[in-house]
Amino acid sequence: MSEAKASIDKDTVDQVAKFGGEHYKYGFTTEIDVDKIPNGLSEDIVRFISAKKEEPQWLLDWRLDAYERWKSMDEPDWAHVDYPKIDYQDLCYYAAPKSMEDGPKSLDEVNPQLLETYSKLGISLQEQEVLAGVKKIAVDAVFDSVSVGTTFREELAKDGVIFCSFSEAVQEHPELVKKYLGSVVPKSDNYFAALNSAVFSDGSFCYIPPGVKCPMELSTYFRINEANTGQFERTLVIADKGAYVSYLEGCTAPMRDENQLHAAVVELVALEDAEIKYSTVQNWYPGDKDGKGGIYNFVTKRGDCREARARISWTQVETGSAVTWKYPSCILRGDDSVGEFYSIAISNNMQQVDSGTKMLHLGKNTSSRIISKGISAGRSSNAYRGQVNVHPKAAGARNFTQCDSLLIGDKCAAHTVPYIEAKNLSAVLEHEATTSKISDDQLFFCQQRGLDPEEAVALIVNGFCRDVLQHLPMEFAVEAQKLVGISLEGSVG
Amino acid sequence: MSALLNIDNLQAGIDGTPILNGLSLSIQPGEVHAIMGPNGSGKSTLSYVLSGKDGYEVSGGDMMFEGQSLADMAPEERAIAGLFLAFQYPLEIPGVTNMTFLKTSLNAILRGRGEDEMDAASFLRLAREKSRALGMNDEMLKRQLNVGFSGGEKKRNEILQMAMLEPKLAILDETDSGLDIDALKTVAEGLNALRAPDRGMLVITHYQRLLDFIKPDVVHVMAAGRIVKSGGPELALELEKSGYAEYVGETVNA
Ligand SMILES: Nc1ncnc2c1ncn2[C@@H]1O[C@H](COP(=O)(O)OP(=O)(O)OP(=O)(O)O)[C@@H](O)[C@H]1O
Ligand SMILES: [Mg+2]
Repeated sequence: MSEAKASIDKDTVDQVAKFGGEHYKYGFTTEIDVDKIPNGLSEDIVRFISAKKEEPQWLLDWRLDAYERWKSMDEPDWAHVDYPKIDYQDLCYYAAPKSMEDGPKSLDEVNPQLLETYSKLGISLQEQEVLAGVKKIAVDAVFDSVSVGTTFREELAKDGVIFCSFSEAVQEHPELVKKYLGSVVPKSDNYFAALNSAVFSDGSFCYIPPGVKCPMELSTYFRINEANTGQFERTLVIADKGAYVSYLEGCTAPMRDENQLHAAVVELVALEDAEIKYSTVQNWYPGDKDGKGGIYNFVTKRGDCREARARISWTQVETGSAVTWKYPSCILRGDDSVGEFYSIAISNNMQQVDSGTKMLHLGKNTSSRIISKGISAGRSSNAYRGQVNVHPKAAGARNFTQCDSLLIGDKCAAHTVPYIEAKNLSAVLEHEATTSKISDDQLFFCQQRGLDPEEAVALIVNGFCRDVLQHLPMEFAVEAQKLVGISLEGSVG
Repeated sequence: MSALLNIDNLQAGIDGTPILNGLSLSIQPGEVHAIMGPNGSGKSTLSYVLSGKDGYEVSGGDMMFEGQSLADMAPEERAIAGLFLAFQYPLEIPGVTNMTFLKTSLNAILRGRGEDEMDAASFLRLAREKSRALGMNDEMLKRQLNVGFSGGEKKRNEILQMAMLEPKLAILDETDSGLDIDALKTVAEGLNALRAPDRGMLVITHYQRLLDFIKPDVVHVMAAGRIVKSGGPELALELEKSGYAEYVGETVNA
């Protein structure tokens, strides 16, 4: 390769570096008194967490069972990722701001430092008057191991919508928690899900009663602050018959040199004619450009279209984390149910992504749609892993999969690993895949029109992601577009 | 008063291969110059070197734009300074609408000049007006940049970008090839509308046809990386008749 060519590639790579670790805006730390238990994992720790939350016996038993199973399981090694062995005895499994010691408080009493932390992150925990024309968003803010506040609860309650921290749900709606917890992701589903089931400390809970269209966007904002602390939260969203909810999730963490583990579980249940849209903008600290530090994001997300005509749609914008292992999936159990997965996964520097989805067709005339856009830059590795599975009874099942990879520079890698299994002859499955590079000619064209190389890359990447960005709720699209490094797409036309 | 563009003894190449071998050319504000010349003589190379495409090495000579040397400027700085290149082969950018591209481009240039960006409403009005003048319907603005455009539509789209950006110097690299007769007229009208006392154009073409519509002040013949003859509009007519034989032989081993 000529020197000139090498320098072009290098420039491009540098520009893209700016989307990654070097310009991580959310890397600050909050100095706050915390209540933190010693490192290590044992039955006693599981009991401690459960006792801290004053949980009923059935839940403690559930956790202990998960812990027993986890001990006999092996960490999965099939993913296209490579990281040093995690010492599970060297992690802290519970850290909470001291001010939260006496349990959740009303919003007025939340520690001002926490409010400030969230406002620096662009998240308002105040229910101030919202400007005309701007939609309200209810937020549940999870800081390390606990939920520190949930907004608009009373207003939502008027419609019968329950939106609160997981801990509160266990106290106030034990029947719902008991009925649905682990019903989508069984506690021994996989290594990380089992670990989460044993030690999860908090998370968000949401129930939309029959026929109710949730009047505002719901969101959870995850923040890992403490060093050497894992975050194990659990989200459970239930849309009863004919209900609708759009749920958003955002995540950030301080820049730290050591890796931190985030092993969450999200379960969605959609009953007859219900619809859940679940969107994620994942911006965990990705580590520095040499791969030092960053979050291990090992997450199990699954939705169950439990009854007829249920719809679940996952949209994710994954830009952060050192290592991502994540496959938001849909079980299409109800006849005519629909599952969707729209994903943008950006990897840069030394980041590693192994992400995708599973669409499990069990009911008749079920359909699923997968659009995945992987962008790799730097020396990163980006794998799409997708499974489409059609059960013998799933007559008339349909799937459409489109899986596009964009490479920036020549030291990164993209992999596509589709698994397709159809046990019913009437299934119609389509799969399209492309791999492309940002060409020097495209970059030059943009520069000739006045864009600096960084803007040029942002514009081209934005165009590449368009099909997915369109599926994000307006409120999140802005953040996502900025994250992808974009200013204008969608503002006209 | 300094020339809009003054190229003096320019030598440039790519990957160690010399392509421009001592090219000189001067354009005054308000002038339209045409460059004609056989395939491979270096016309597109000249346009790339002027606009700063990576990979082209300038090994000698000067390129001055309004008295400022272009050599050390990044491509986008040249664009902001008012240099525009209509590409011989316009690029596609999937997923980015024509409208978004135009707006991003215009605002980047305004920003680069320290001016305010254009608000959405004024931009939309301007884009519609300019595209209609070029016989393009509003649907074209919503389509992805050049994706699935016919050859002629792509060329027309280049002129739309030029009309929006109102550059001081426009280099048009074979903008006429691939245009049907009516499109050629529309595009030429668009170009004529942009003729102004403070603006210059360098029109690269193989055909006299375009020059019937846009009357050039000067016609240059380029061969083997140099301007080998310059004259008035009649030179183009001559070339049409007798071809380049006379010039090609003369410059071998130049
Ligand atoms: N990247 C490159 N590497 C080596 N040689 C090149 C490169 N690009 C162009 N050339 C050569 O430089 C010469 C000039 O090419 P250029 O495209 O400038 O010609 P042109 O006058 O525009 O021709 P046309 O009329 O066909 O458009 C040609 O011989 C071409 O093969
Ligand atoms: Mg050419």
